[in-house]
Amino acid sequence: MKEEKHLKVSAIKNGTVIDHIPSGSLFKVVEILALNRCKSQLTLGNNLESKLLGAKAIIKVADRFFADDEMNRIALVAPQAKFNIIRDYEVMEKRTVTLPDAIVGIARCMNPMCVTNHQPILTKFNVVSKKDVLLQCCYCDKVTDQEHLVIIKNG
Amino acid sequence: MQSLVSITDFSKQDILQVLERAAAFEANPNMPLLSGKVVATLFFEPSTRTRLSFETAISRLGGRIIGFSDASSTSISKGETLKDTIMMVANYADLIVMRHPLEGAARYAAEISRVPIINAGDGANQHPTQTLLDLYSIQKTQGTLHGINIAMVGDLKYGRTVHSLLQAMSLFGAHFSFIAPQELAMPREYKQLLEARGIAYEEHTDLAEHIGNADIIYMTRVQRERFLDPMEYERVKNVYVLQNKMLQNTKPNVKILHPLPRVNEISTDVDGNPKAYYFAQAGNGVFARMAAICKLLEC
Repeated sequence: MKEEKHLKVSAIKNGTVIDHIPSGSLFKVVEILALNRCKSQLTLGNNLESKLLGAKAIIKVADRFFADDEMNRIALVAPQAKFNIIRDYEVMEKRTVTLPDAIVGIARCMNPMCVTNHQPILTKFNVVSKKDVLLQCCYCDKVTDQEHLVIIKNG
Repeated sequence: MQSLVSITDFSKQDILQVLERAAAFEANPNMPLLSGKVVATLFFEPSTRTRLSFETAISRLGGRIIGFSDASSTSISKGETLKDTIMMVANYADLIVMRHPLEGAARYAAEISRVPIINAGDGANQHPTQTLLDLYSIQKTQGTLHGINIAMVGDLKYGRTVHSLLQAMSLFGAHFSFIAPQELAMPREYKQLLEARGIAYEEHTDLAEHIGNADIIYMTRVQRERFLDPMEYERVKNVYVLQNKMLQNTKPNVKILHPLPRVNEISTDVDGNPKAYYFAQAGNGVFARMAAICKLLEC
């Protein structure tokens, strides 16, 4: 029997392929990187087989390259993500993400009584544990863990 | 420009300086150091005791007071944001004292205000001038803050006053006894802080047997609503009531503190005992607040 082998997601000429996103985090990554407002060719794949993650998602975005701080913003929801930088159909570079020391305006504080959940205030957190993703609110001091992490939607 | 949002905003040196100043104000309570200055007291939620204590402190320093004691009569009820209120008041006043029901409100105000902020309580979060008056009361009654045996009793899980006092007293090498039901035990992060600073602590669930060695007994209220199981509350509620007879074998220098209001956790028969200090403690608040205001206004 002939082995069926084809690309599930079409290749791009220039741009970025974000790989190793956990399946449940695909749309969070889209939110964080504001890809819902992206005008260039965008391909999303979800629930793809992955030896590393079980099920993974992948994002291909044409003619778009990300700065280091933009890439690191998704470490909150996709700590094992890889950014493959594509030029002329070739992978020129692979970049991993690292959680920054401070997180601004991405996540909500899990404390319902925190002032940031009631007033128009940009949230700010210090990352107190990178391994377990523990974020301490700079206003109310309460710690938000990964289980309670809610990403703020982009306009 | 320095604000006082949490007791950790003050260094050990700052704290000692404020306490020394508080003692000077107690000796001479009317000093017109705020003459010509305006202090705003913004009470977004009502608190009679704290507001009166601050307003007495400002008045004794000769300052003028503007503000409100209830947000319902202000533009906040029309939907004005906290930012707009603070930005406006910072144009009028030299210092803002604020109490707000939301946690982190004072930290945010300090970030945007062009004048110093004193946090007079932000929800269940911080109330640093309470800690200053607690420290002042301890120093005044014991002659020092160093090496004090302090027994903290009651709700050690949710009580903001015990957490702030622990943070401050740990700068002075205290010995802590935590006496609480298991549901309301001192949270892990505060015990870790003590361990990191090499400070000894012990944990107990029985009040009467573990106050014999204390210099300070810091009582807090055990509230019914903190318990998931109402039966558990019924089981422990009377265990943490301090009664006069329990004080028989305590040290002669021991003082009983309480942030007030008291409900039933200190029996009224304790009130006449010279070891009861909670009403004098509240009176010390005026001097501690005078000193904190002067520290922030550098006057």
